[in-house]
Amino acid sequence: MAAKIIYRRGLHLWSMLLALCTLMLVVVGGLVTSRDAGLSVPDWPLSYGKLMPPMEGGILYEHGHRMIATMVGMFTIVSMVWLWRVESRKWLRILGVIALLAVITQGLLGGLTVLMLLPWWVSTMHATLAQLFFSTTVAIAIFTSSWWLAEPTTTAEQTATPIRRLSLIAPILVVCQLALGAAARHKAIGSIYHICGSPIVAGVILWLSLRISVHYSENRELRRAALTLTTITFTQIFLGIAAYMTRIAYADAVQPMPLMVTFTVFHVAVGALTLASSIALAIIVRRNLTLVGAASA
Amino acid sequence: MPLLLLAACGSSPQPSTQSTASLPEAHVDPATAGTISGRVLFEGQAPVMPVIDMASNPQCERQHKVPFRAETVIVNSNKTLRNVYIHIKDGLAPAHWAAPAQPARLDQNGCVYAPHVQGIVEGQALEILNSDPVNHNVHAESQKNPAWNESQPPRAEHKFKKFGSAEIMFPFTCSVHPWMKAWLGVSEHPFFAVTGEDGSFRIEGVPPGTYTVEAIHEKFGRKEGKLTLSPTGTATIEFTYGS
Ligand SMILES: [Cu+2]
Repeated sequence: MAAKIIYRRGLHLWSMLLALCTLMLVVVGGLVTSRDAGLSVPDWPLSYGKLMPPMEGGILYEHGHRMIATMVGMFTIVSMVWLWRVESRKWLRILGVIALLAVITQGLLGGLTVLMLLPWWVSTMHATLAQLFFSTTVAIAIFTSSWWLAEPTTTAEQTATPIRRLSLIAPILVVCQLALGAAARHKAIGSIYHICGSPIVAGVILWLSLRISVHYSENRELRRAALTLTTITFTQIFLGIAAYMTRIAYADAVQPMPLMVTFTVFHVAVGALTLASSIALAIIVRRNLTLVGAASA
Repeated sequence: MPLLLLAACGSSPQPSTQSTASLPEAHVDPATAGTISGRVLFEGQAPVMPVIDMASNPQCERQHKVPFRAETVIVNSNKTLRNVYIHIKDGLAPAHWAAPAQPARLDQNGCVYAPHVQGIVEGQALEILNSDPVNHNVHAESQKNPAWNESQPPRAEHKFKKFGSAEIMFPFTCSVHPWMKAWLGVSEHPFFAVTGEDGSFRIEGVPPGTYTVEAIHEKFGRKEGKLTLSPTGTATIEFTYGS
């Protein structure tokens, strides 16, 4: 680790703004699917042959999504250039490039799924990459923060109750669960797989959080990160149940019903927050834990 | 049964998807042709269709003096079911039926499709027009025919679309107005009808023979029956759906 890394407030605030705009983009993307608006603009990259079509009906969501996506894409370019010019940590500069590549891929997937009439696998990839991209922007915001650059309050990892590996399993399971949710949403599979996945993911997160709060409670940052993840996860489960119940209640509806749309879109957004906070926890575990002897298997 | 045998020998699992273009031209002798007629009854409580919320596009809403209800299930006052597509499913000698020169029409008016259900013959043109002051996208959600999705702004040129394979039925949808839905049956032959305000149907000019007649409703699904049509005769068949 380099000895001297300068905290750059502007860069950090910009990274936070990028993450916030990306969350908004995820919300609007969720609205596009839930409002059945995905094909309301058949052409891409133009919309009805224009840069600005009339924002009526579903076009408001689909074109609004494209507009915010363009903005996020441009913000990501700025982030990448900014990091590349001032950031001394090479791995962080590379993360900026990865973010840019991800957002470009994401834009292409979005256009592709419209032109191909929403095949489930393109839409599912688009939905899953959205979640991964949001977490990347959150990670950049963490790495550019003054908190990250300050000296961590370290705790020794306890051999009997390790959390290093467990904290890595959690975000991996969350990504799988998000992909299952996306696949169910785009009608590739039944929602049963996503529903059955939830107790597994929630169980691992709860196990990890309990282990932290019991064995590492003296480390305030770890404890808080674990509590945040658990709170978000249980909110997410509640939203998932609500989204599912409204879906059943409105099974015969002839148009998207507001309550179903609201719960589903919140479920998508809080899904993004679940992944981001599980990754944040994994990052904090690596920052705040010192290895004692050999790591346990 | 020769049709069944053909199906068993053919490499394609679905003989109906094969083009009939290579078959001999069909001829109906007007001296012996008859009529298939009937009704589609509905038993039980007629479901109440929800009023469609068009608030997301006020220009759609303004075109309706009375709130517009979904057309998924329409039970007529005489306890019959509207918008049921009826066709001869089986029994016609294999032949190629010429498509009518006149295009069928699908209008978008008041952000609703008209008609809600219709049939055309393989290769017949479907004229799609936008009578609304708003943009629509027209998405043909066909499976056997290539699916497509195109925009149609106000006063845009009419679209003329053909479907080369029989496919009964598939929806047209619009994602600008997610409540919009129409159904199209593409038939190999011209012997189909859609029930209207009195729930009856009438298929004329049918060669005599023994046929399987199928009824399809978008929500209540498929039903079929057999009948024999004698030369110049009229055969009747009734279908009954219920909720
Ligand atoms: Cu429309």
